[in-house]
Amino acid sequence: MPAERAAAQTAQEMTFNAAIQHALGAEMKRDSRVILFGIGIHHGANFRALAEEFGRERLFQAPIAEQGFTAAALGAALMGYRPVVVIGRGDFLYCAMDSIANEAAKYRYICGGGRFRVPMVIRVNSTGMGGGEGSQHSQSVEATFMHIPGLKIAIPATPADAAGLFRSAVRDDNPVLFFEHRQLKRSKASAPVPLDPDFTVPLGEAAIRRRGRDLTIVTYAYMVQKCLAAAAELAAGGVEAEVIDLRSLLPWDKKTVLDSVARTGRLLVVSEDCKTAGAGAEIAATVAEEGFSSLRAPIRRLCYPDMIVPGTVYGESLFMIDAKEIAAAARGLLGR
Amino acid sequence: MKPELEGVSGERVLHIYRTMVRVRAFDEKLIELGKRREPIIHHPTLGQEAPAVAACAALNSDDVIMPYHRGWAWAIGKGMEPGRVLAELLGKRTGYCKGQAGPHLADWDLGVLGRSGIQGAHLQIAAGVGCALKLEGKRRVCLAFFGEGPASTGAFHEGVHLAALWQVPVVYICESNNYQFAVPAREVMRVESVAEMAPSYRIPGVTIDGNDALQIFTTVGEAIRRARDGLGPTLIDCRTYRWHDSYYQPENMATDHRPAEEVAGWRKKCPILRLKARMIEANLLSPAQAELIEREAEAEIESAVKFAYESPYPRREELTEDVYAS
Repeated sequence: MPAERAAAQTAQEMTFNAAIQHALGAEMKRDSRVILFGIGIHHGANFRALAEEFGRERLFQAPIAEQGFTAAALGAALMGYRPVVVIGRGDFLYCAMDSIANEAAKYRYICGGGRFRVPMVIRVNSTGMGGGEGSQHSQSVEATFMHIPGLKIAIPATPADAAGLFRSAVRDDNPVLFFEHRQLKRSKASAPVPLDPDFTVPLGEAAIRRRGRDLTIVTYAYMVQKCLAAAAELAAGGVEAEVIDLRSLLPWDKKTVLDSVARTGRLLVVSEDCKTAGAGAEIAATVAEEGFSSLRAPIRRLCYPDMIVPGTVYGESLFMIDAKEIAAAARGLLGR
Repeated sequence: MKPELEGVSGERVLHIYRTMVRVRAFDEKLIELGKRREPIIHHPTLGQEAPAVAACAALNSDDVIMPYHRGWAWAIGKGMEPGRVLAELLGKRTGYCKGQAGPHLADWDLGVLGRSGIQGAHLQIAAGVGCALKLEGKRRVCLAFFGEGPASTGAFHEGVHLAALWQVPVVYICESNNYQFAVPAREVMRVESVAEMAPSYRIPGVTIDGNDALQIFTTVGEAIRRARDGLGPTLIDCRTYRWHDSYYQPENMATDHRPAEEVAGWRKKCPILRLKARMIEANLLSPAQAELIEREAEAEIESAVKFAYESPYPRREELTEDVYAS
């Protein structure tokens, strides 16, 4: 491509998955310390090209041993490499739990800081329902990891954010869990993604997706689309909802949320996980604690009930949160 | 011709001997502090000083180790100072990890990569350290120490399997001390030696006398050479015995049911006395020199204790600084 055309081309339409692959390839090119660990990474559609371009020696193809290869990535990270671990489903993080919670999260601290660093990304290829894959492939486990200091959690909703957050995760010196929502990951929809190799989205920074004065809807990942659809429906009825996409769950952007609630006085948290001690619980508790004087109505959480994900597409469909439900919850908050 | 003993240079033999004596002196001091109810976590290593000391003596200074919970033979063997180890155990700011690790010590400059509190976890981390060492291509190696207990964890099998699969420069060194807490190993292990598992991963497995420092030095040295040459990991089982209960508990919560005659029998196989006798026989050491080494070790440990106890504690705010790297 001629240089002038490359310079002129600042963004390209990409799907969610393509945006992450684009960022991964760019980071591997930018920094030879970026290496991969995971199952099937010499053969899988997402990785074959990377293995060809960068050589199989940078892609440590592993057997089905999540605990082992996640810990191995930690070892490589300690020695100055920047591994990306590929985990098939959020549920499998529990297989790797010791390596994540007891080792990666705590390693730097235990070692007294200094030159001990754990620059690793745990890339979770799928979180959430919708595939009918069963109770052990379809959970939303993010909140479990919000309770583990030492970790960071990114969970993008758009292709551009996926690329930008992924770059930030790779360049961060801490273990970062990067969740790809099942529905976004398999979506054919594309959106512009900046091609600038230094385009990043900072970890811990939310985005206000829609401005509104009547209530604040806080959400993340796939539910951002649903909340925006609900906001459009509400607007038709004269209700202006502000929609905040958290983008990161640890740390999460308290300031943006509290500032918004200070303006709207009402909070609806939409999180696609179990209600008890879910992501929404932390957000609701923080607003109750630090933003109580702004509230004009009780905080409302819209989540799954405390249940086990049914093993079929039909069963899942009975529990998935849709725009209508969100709009109804919002109207309920406003007493309309 | 330079002096040597069983193919090991006199200088190395003396280093191994002196280091074992220092480890023993430190261990005995920590047990004494434990009896006084000082708040330290210590897993005595009395009687099994040889494997870690001799293995570390076979390393270059830029090689790295992944140690395990028992004792401080690997620590002192890799160059850690007893004073800063004890300071860390006490939670002092002058400890190796600023009082954040307690017994889970690490030191970047010495290549001590951290001592996980989870049995066996580090055997997998070591495989990934090996990936890094292989990629960097500087012929460095990693030694991973463990007791035979975690050889029953999935972590052990995942770690050794990955290291073997990726042919990375890691040497796995088991210190089989016959007991897992108070449980005789034979009651909870199907194999007699951990090295029997090596063929499953198509790597060399060797069972050796864990109280024979020179045999350990030579065997580990050979495994290190293989690792440097890109021939992958080796699994070495050093058969030894710990004289003391697994963990020092002031009330001694009756975990130690070992027959007194069994302990007494192993005390006769003391790795330090054994090396000392061979060195004296080979004119590498005089009784007077041996006496001097012991006195020096005792003096070193006394000043280590003084240093540790006189060191300041960290403040609460300081203990939250390293949760994240900035």
